[in-house]
Amino acid sequence: MTGFILRRLLAFVPVLFVTVTIVFFLVRLAPGGPFDEDKAVTETVRKQLEQHYRLDAPLWKQYLMYLGDLCKGDLGPSMTRPSRTVSEWIALRFPVSLELGCYALLVALAAGLTAGLLAAYRPNSWVDHLPMSLAMAGICIPAFVLGPLLVLVFSLWLGWLPVQGWDTPAGRILPAVTLGASYAAYVARLTRGGMLEVMTQDFIRTARAKGMSEARVVLRHGLRGGIQPVVSFLGPAAAGLLTGSFVVETIFQVPGLGREFVRAATNRDYTMTLGTVLFLAFLVLLFNLAVDVIQAWLDPRVRRA
Amino acid sequence: METPVSPLSSLSGAWRTRSILLAFLLAAVLAPAACERLDTENILILGNGAEPKDLDPHRITGVPEFSIARALFEGLVELDPSTLEPAPGVAESWDTSPDGKVYTFHLRKNAKWSNGDPLTARDFAYSWQRVLMPGLASRYAYLLYGIRNAKAFNEGALPDFSQVGVKVLNPQALEVTLENPTPYFLLLLNTPCFMPVHRATIERFGRMDDPDTRWIWAGNLVGNGPFALERWEPDRLLRAARNPHYWDAASVRLNGIHFLPVDSAQTEERMFRTGQVHKTSSLLPSKIATWRARKDGTLRIEPYLGTYYLKVNVTRPPLNDTRVRLALAMAIDRESICRDVLKGGQQPAMNLTPPGLGGYTARAGIPYDVEKARKILAEAGYPDGRGFPAIEYMYNTQEQHRVVAEAVQDMWKNALNIRVTLVNHDWKVYQERLQGLDYCIARGVWIGDYLDPTTFLDCMRSNSGNNNTGFASAEYEALLDEAARTGDAAKRLELLRRAEAILMKEAPVMPIYNYSSVYLMRPEVKGWEPNILQYVSYKRLYLEKEPDKRR
Repeated sequence: MTGFILRRLLAFVPVLFVTVTIVFFLVRLAPGGPFDEDKAVTETVRKQLEQHYRLDAPLWKQYLMYLGDLCKGDLGPSMTRPSRTVSEWIALRFPVSLELGCYALLVALAAGLTAGLLAAYRPNSWVDHLPMSLAMAGICIPAFVLGPLLVLVFSLWLGWLPVQGWDTPAGRILPAVTLGASYAAYVARLTRGGMLEVMTQDFIRTARAKGMSEARVVLRHGLRGGIQPVVSFLGPAAAGLLTGSFVVETIFQVPGLGREFVRAATNRDYTMTLGTVLFLAFLVLLFNLAVDVIQAWLDPRVRRA
Repeated sequence: METPVSPLSSLSGAWRTRSILLAFLLAAVLAPAACERLDTENILILGNGAEPKDLDPHRITGVPEFSIARALFEGLVELDPSTLEPAPGVAESWDTSPDGKVYTFHLRKNAKWSNGDPLTARDFAYSWQRVLMPGLASRYAYLLYGIRNAKAFNEGALPDFSQVGVKVLNPQALEVTLENPTPYFLLLLNTPCFMPVHRATIERFGRMDDPDTRWIWAGNLVGNGPFALERWEPDRLLRAARNPHYWDAASVRLNGIHFLPVDSAQTEERMFRTGQVHKTSSLLPSKIATWRARKDGTLRIEPYLGTYYLKVNVTRPPLNDTRVRLALAMAIDRESICRDVLKGGQQPAMNLTPPGLGGYTARAGIPYDVEKARKILAEAGYPDGRGFPAIEYMYNTQEQHRVVAEAVQDMWKNALNIRVTLVNHDWKVYQERLQGLDYCIARGVWIGDYLDPTTFLDCMRSNSGNNNTGFASAEYEALLDEAARTGDAAKRLELLRRAEAILMKEAPVMPIYNYSSVYLMRPEVKGWEPNILQYVSYKRLYLEKEPDKRR
């Protein structure tokens, strides 16, 4: 297992290298630059800024300098938000996205697993149709519709929860639910499918024949096999929850990394864009590795393979 | 022995859950909104638009940053928010030489930094040197170019700051020598790039001209304004508390100000509705009608020092023909755009300069005259639009720009029978095409930096980075130069008027409307003087809860 993990970790290096190279040149190809603002900066100021951020060197040289810094773990300064380096911005933003992602994941798992289990337990009854219709709706309604809808009901009409903000615990409920909802829907459908398949298998019949309680059969023997599809979905989903929360972070003004990433790209903040892409790429790799490890633990067949 | 029974346990299970839920809901409903809670603490909460990128007064450029800087720093001269006339700031008085080129500022003896250090003329000399240091790359350094040799120093041609026209006579007196008599010089002094910074703090965190150090963090930043930075959590909030060392601390009435960064106008409006902010930074045009209908005085619409116009690439046929440009400009019904399309208090613009610039009134400008437009277009060789080549109208992707573009497209089609294609781009692409003169007609805007027509007219100089039209007129620039040199105020304004008349005759820009500032503000905010600069004097603000008649 250790060898497997080490080999996978080594494979990160070429993937990240390719990512850096492509993104470095892509952001430079995009029209405009970090210093194009409402009011044009004077030629003097532009030269001064380009010199300060080493944008006056030839592109290949800038690329080599960036790689050199990267090897030392330095992602450079932010070009549009001074006083913090890119690493410091990530360190400031990521914990917030991580927290939001964890809540959303909890929402997704709690709601999704419950709904999926209920549905699989009594297939084709109302306990199946109702949660599955809700799940279908959950997949179809995008966050930018669901978010404002929840705000309308829970903040503006009922006045229970704040419309935005990350400073109070109450403020974290709506963003977590909004972000978690569509994932909950996926989890519900995957759980239902997985459980239906597993519950027809021989070892379940054996467990029942042994006289085990139905709850024990379903939760202990059935679930372990039934959530396999959910687990393989969780890897990319967890990465998506952490990186793709831009819309939710904007609706609720959550100071997370997703917003920072999009802002960096639209502002042509070269170092910031590169730094966040690199960090997120690393996260995706890491989550996929984690999923493989968990799957191996859950399913002996995967372990042997 | 009887076991004590809690009132809840006597209820059946289902009812217990329901009553707990109900109690929770009740508590949530009764919990006071943020504003009401902070009213009692006398703290003003402002929606402040985008997250501030920086707090260094010498480097900031945006409206959200400026509004924070006005709370944390103070210039030599402030403005009276009701008249926009110069008012004493750190300087309690000033003298001007007869030729209008030398100003001597007398600083208050009790002026202090927020850490208690005395604030002297030396601090201002140091600060202005810093703004002009080439390494700092201050975007607004050009506002100091009126000072003798400041431009040469900023461009690196003159390394010795002692030759720049800033001289410390004694700790309480600063002498400033200008290149030309600049009647609006005092009005510039409240812009953040003229505000002082604390030398010891700057140098604790880096070189004098290091653009990205940590001196701007809460806990580090030392200012001299009525409020001092208390906490700054990027994208969450920025808190400023009353500065006890401020020279006029006795007249500051608020205990603090919270600036909330909210870059979504929708979210900001929802926050206002639930009482989380006292004032919004803006209001979506689509919401204006709803708030207007309420008639409760929360909706504010005020003129703002900005002009929305179309830029014309005068190097590209057929727009290189002045007659074509004039015909297009005359065919735009600006009255109708403001009244029927925008509906947000904007005023139709006939000139580049908006009204309200001190004593300056522009000449007639470009009228709306379809008949004349048709006639001129025919003279230019396109009777009834026949043979007119396809042209593009470019704007950056935003609802407001799109509706204006569609209205103009329609007007040109109906009035002149000219077909125009609309093209929208992401902001940076739009910028690049604009600067590369790679367009026909583009939406443009200018927001004035100070209360003088030159802030608008200087943009159309051929060497200005904000011109972007290819327009170059020696006569226009000669008039601007002469106006800058003259010491006679009336003559100066007349020269500027003549210069603007040239601009409107040549029409490299087609004015559409003058901006309005639209926002929501709760009635308990007092002392907020509406003005064309949206200039706020925070020390004059206070909160006063009116007896609520509705409850």
